[in-house]
Amino acid sequence: MARIRVVLDFPKWLVEQPVTCRLIRDYDLEVNILKAKVTPREEGRLVIEVSGKKKSLDKGMDYLKDIGIRVTPLAQDINFQEDRCTHCTYCVSLCPVGAFDVDRGIMEVTFDKEKCILCEQCVKICPYKAIRIQF
Amino acid sequence: MPKTISEINERIKKGEAVVVTAEEIIDLKEEKGVKKIVEEVDVVTTATFGPMCSSGAYFNIGHTKPKIKIGGGRAYLNDVPVYTGIAAMDIYIGATALPDDDPRNKIHPGEFRYGGGHVIEDLVSGKDVRLVVSAYGTDCYPRRTLETLINIKDINEAVLLNPRNAYQNYNVAVNTSGKTIYTYMGLLHPNMANATYCSSGQLSPLLNDPLYKTIGIGTRIFLGGGIGYVYFWGTQHNPGVPRTDKGVPRCPAGTLAVCGDLKQMNREFLRGVSMYGYGVTLAVGIGVPIPILNEEILEYTLIRDEDIYAPVVDYSEAYPYGKGEVLGEVNYKDLKSGKIVVQGKEIKTSGLSSYAKAREIAGILKDWILKGKFLLTQPVAPFPGHESGYKFRPLVERR
Ligand code: SF4
Ligand code: SF4
Repeated sequence: MARIRVVLDFPKWLVEQPVTCRLIRDYDLEVNILKAKVTPREEGRLVIEVSGKKKSLDKGMDYLKDIGIRVTPLAQDINFQEDRCTHCTYCVSLCPVGAFDVDRGIMEVTFDKEKCILCEQCVKICPYKAIRIQF
Repeated sequence: MPKTISEINERIKKGEAVVVTAEEIIDLKEEKGVKKIVEEVDVVTTATFGPMCSSGAYFNIGHTKPKIKIGGGRAYLNDVPVYTGIAAMDIYIGATALPDDDPRNKIHPGEFRYGGGHVIEDLVSGKDVRLVVSAYGTDCYPRRTLETLINIKDINEAVLLNPRNAYQNYNVAVNTSGKTIYTYMGLLHPNMANATYCSSGQLSPLLNDPLYKTIGIGTRIFLGGGIGYVYFWGTQHNPGVPRTDKGVPRCPAGTLAVCGDLKQMNREFLRGVSMYGYGVTLAVGIGVPIPILNEEILEYTLIRDEDIYAPVVDYSEAYPYGKGEVLGEVNYKDLKSGKIVVQGKEIKTSGLSSYAKAREIAGILKDWILKGKFLLTQPVAPFPGHESGYKFRPLVERR
């Protein structure tokens, strides 16, 4: 069993395609949608967690790329810049999944990339711009 | 036996002074007891780091050839407008200034990506900043326009000058309304789903000297990574508020006006801040040494987070309409734990000031004093105290 988190960028003409269904049906994968968004220009962005056999996973991802979807591993997408973070703890209670943690003794903040679902809340609200999403 | 500041300074110069942070002194009390520490400890260092809107900096740019009079004209640093109503080559930039073409809250909530606070951060980081001037021209200052890069190392004076910093205690903000609001206390979810606070609590300078016994006009301090001074009490200084039996204010009270040489400072302790939906500002790091002259002064520095109370204020109604209602009181130990209980409801908390940075600053100031690089000062004049009748008054509008 393998598990990955990926960001799928759909061009306009693919937004309506039932790609997650096909991943589940044709490639025998488990798909968990973490976030879905259609931009004003009607391009789509889906953040999903996919798990299944390593081989099926690779094939599933190849299928997505073949039909014209850009597939980026999620981990590369969010960037916590420690030198910009002041450990104010402001983001900690605003992150919906608890990706930030505080060592309450010294009040320092750490970030767990694995938990992040790319909701972009912290990217908007961090007063020091310590979190960036990179495309 | 009471000590004097000059005795303490003698010990600092000889490298014999005993210096601890406002956090360390609490543990020391458990270990040794008050009588012993008052003899042994010379200085307690306190600190804070957080957004402080009443901040800014002035510069003298140096004369061009031919000369130009910025005074009375218009000038911008990286598109952020600066105050020009002073002499020919002096300008002042305020932390909350925004570029003329920033959309602000037209598309609500605005992002406020860059402003005065960020210009100050860029300057202290050693980055070049673009100065654009339009002037009206005179016989002695004939030039009308100027566009140039400037760098902090080339200009004459660069001085941080903040009319109000280091609030003694502060509100805890919540939102009782049904919709999300964007405030200077951050994003507040509806129905009191989160709360924000902004004080370093037991490390905070004015909470360790609640009755202004040692801090006053002229006090030498750590400012933004360099050395600065308290030049006056801060604007909105409000010493007459309700206090605990130990003299600690239960709501925002005293403030400091501070200044210092920006050239000595660094971006670790002076940072541009973008408050989503609200605006820009500057986060400032301040450290204040408290000389342990007697037992009373020592007792004040023993304050712990659990003994400092802050009022919970509704920023959807009570704050904006100046109603003065308080939903409850909570202490900083609970605030720092990540949750508080207000009117029976458990609420997640987060800070806006950084306790971690405050600890770092208190540690650096301790180090400076231990190494003999920083001497203490006797204030030139005291602040108006809690019994002075000095008050922060609202504006009475008239025509
Ligand atoms: S809000 Fe930004 S600066 Fe504050 S703790 Fe989170 S990442 Fe760090
Ligand atoms: S983008 Fe930020 S707020 Fe959203 S899940 Fe990731 S870490 Fe949390």
